Amino acid sequence: MLKIHNLHAKVEDKTILKGLSLEIKPGEVHAIMGPNGAGKSTLGYVLSGRDGYEVIDGQVELGGKDLLELETEERAREGLFLAFQYPVEIPGVSNMEFMKESVNAMREARGEEPLSAAEFLKKAKEACKQVHLPLDFLKRGVNEGFSGGEKKRNEIMQMILLEPKLCILDESDSGLDIDALQVVADGVNSQRSPERSFIVVTHYQRLLDYIKPDFVHILADGKIVKSGDASLALEVEKEGYAWLGGKAQEADA
Amino acid sequence: MSEQIEQALSRKYEAGFVSDIESETFAAGLDEEVIRKISAMKNEPQWLLEWRLKAFESWQKMEEPEWAHLHYAKIDYQAISYYSAPKSMKDKPKSLDEVDPELLRTYEKLGIPLYEQQMLAGVAVDAVFDSVSVVTTFREKLEEAGVIFCPISEAVHRFPDLVKKYLGTVVPRSDNYFAALNSAVFTDGSFVYIPKGVRSPMELSTYFRINEQNTGQFERTLIIADEGSYVSYLEGCTAPQRDENQLHAAVVELVALDNAKIKYSTVQNWYPGDENGKGGIYNFVTKRGICHTNAHISWTQVETGSAITWKYPSCILKGDNSVGEFYSVALARGKQQADTGTKMIHLGKNTKSTIISKGISAGDANNAYRGLVQMGPNADGARNFTQCDSLLIGDQCGAHTFPYIESRNPSAIVEHEATTSKVSDEQLFLCQQRGLNAEKAVSMIVNGFCKEVFKELPMEFAVEAGKLLEISLEGSVG
Repeated sequence: MLKIHNLHAKVEDKTILKGLSLEIKPGEVHAIMGPNGAGKSTLGYVLSGRDGYEVIDGQVELGGKDLLELETEERAREGLFLAFQYPVEIPGVSNMEFMKESVNAMREARGEEPLSAAEFLKKAKEACKQVHLPLDFLKRGVNEGFSGGEKKRNEIMQMILLEPKLCILDESDSGLDIDALQVVADGVNSQRSPERSFIVVTHYQRLLDYIKPDFVHILADGKIVKSGDASLALEVEKEGYAWLGGKAQEADA
Repeated sequence: MSEQIEQALSRKYEAGFVSDIESETFAAGLDEEVIRKISAMKNEPQWLLEWRLKAFESWQKMEEPEWAHLHYAKIDYQAISYYSAPKSMKDKPKSLDEVDPELLRTYEKLGIPLYEQQMLAGVAVDAVFDSVSVVTTFREKLEEAGVIFCPISEAVHRFPDLVKKYLGTVVPRSDNYFAALNSAVFTDGSFVYIPKGVRSPMELSTYFRINEQNTGQFERTLIIADEGSYVSYLEGCTAPQRDENQLHAAVVELVALDNAKIKYSTVQNWYPGDENGKGGIYNFVTKRGICHTNAHISWTQVETGSAITWKYPSCILKGDNSVGEFYSVALARGKQQADTGTKMIHLGKNTKSTIISKGISAGDANNAYRGLVQMGPNADGARNFTQCDSLLIGDQCGAHTFPYIESRNPSAIVEHEATTSKVSDEQLFLCQQRGLNAEKAVSMIVNGFCKEVFKELPMEFAVEAGKLLEISLEGSVG
């Protein structure tokens, strides 16, 4: 599914990723944890091709294709989805309109017919219910006036509608109370399948109680410094990142 | 990022073709003789010739206004031809079959096939092609309802009393420099009269198109909605691509008598000039309406074209309880300059006005909103709400807001809100991450920004406005 080899990337003049390697097979859930400034969010942005995030070395393949050769929207159409940590507002553009364009852009890339308004509405309503958002959210402007928790649920709704191959969840748990966390986790779990893979970026072990990862990786100073199974997250929870010593300090700086 | 946006915005001007049609054009220059010739060509009555000559006299004494936030080389009014008519129009066509097929193809290229419109759209089109009204469709059906919709040159002969009674009553012939020029040399335009209590059975629509080189287009439109009547009117404008600047100085006068409502929508797509600011239309337009008791005038404009836009569709709220509205989207990109807005003159009691202005600037463009809200001493309980939003795309463009508020009545309430925002990298990235290309993303964000105005446009024209901004309108949500 996804192969990252020796990835180096910088933002402006600062090198953030310093030789990150990771392989994800279809159906797997990988959690990425690490101290602030380790490069967790950067990884999501680099993979999805955000402007200003420059790859200086390494390779990334998604489904056998050279991901780094593709434009941002092409990567999305290849099935890469990023759930944003801080989703931005687009005033006046309704969620419905935005998602319909988006779903149909994906369908077009797959050589499928666009959905009619009625077909789309049906799917959108289901997805809305699944993340416990009232249906009038479809009519509201994208993220316009949404609370933090609503924004996160809205991201998961988009993920459900877009049916991506690889989902990157960038701190989808931050700022959520326990009920909202459960809703987000349920939404994610409902989408787990043998074909779909997840990268769950989180600061806290808490989310992983709800979304059980197959692997946990610790990212520090732009590299994966330790990998293990779900128990590694518990260890981190107990010990913190102090054991990383100088590396974590440096990354924080 | 800004590069992507630039690309998205630097689309070609699609209406920039020239039609090969034989025309009769006056030599460049303006003097009394030219005005007499225009009047004679149109076989006008003496009173109108005199009216023109008086306007010309005032114009000669006036100075071109310089207060607008616009920069352009002085216009040489003697280098412009003031009359151009397709030759085949000299004997006016009785039906579409008699219209020059080349002319009809021009309209088709513009996406307004007259045949199709006749059959499907239910829109009556009075197409103005370099000064002379070419063909008026649906006239019969309208006349059945008592609605008069014809070229103003024809109305001068068929309805002289109406024209004489109202012409120049809302925009006096010496109102301003460009209005005076128009009054002196106007060649054609539309005339509309809706009788008492009649609701026009269809939207009325006029397409203006400038074809000849070095001709100004000076059309004059007069709409009279008699007591308790209703009409919705749309003008769409395009012009071919030329290296020279072309002058367009139009006048539109609306008269809404007691309890009448006029909705006037404009989609303006004149040639904006090339990326270096060469060529393009100079659009100096005076539009004004007067509202009598309980009357309602609503201006909606989508301005995407022209090198220079100088335009302030206004309402004089003379009658008690009358309502004026102004909804505007002005997009300026490249080297375009726009100075546009409105005037709401509250004279009557409990008069209400709403101003929603959306200015979008991209490239090196400058976009200014200029608005006057005036509360007269008798305007007890009058209210105005103004919302003025600017959207910047890129970092080389400018947005300017010049609101003027004058209140001479302590019971009047005036509200003004203004915002300035940018199409952000984050918004663009979100759209692209969801599979949309940059062009689609920008147009979607711009569309969202303009939504409050677009929803005021008649449905069939909202689509056109959307197309102009490379956007698709929202699917209907249950």
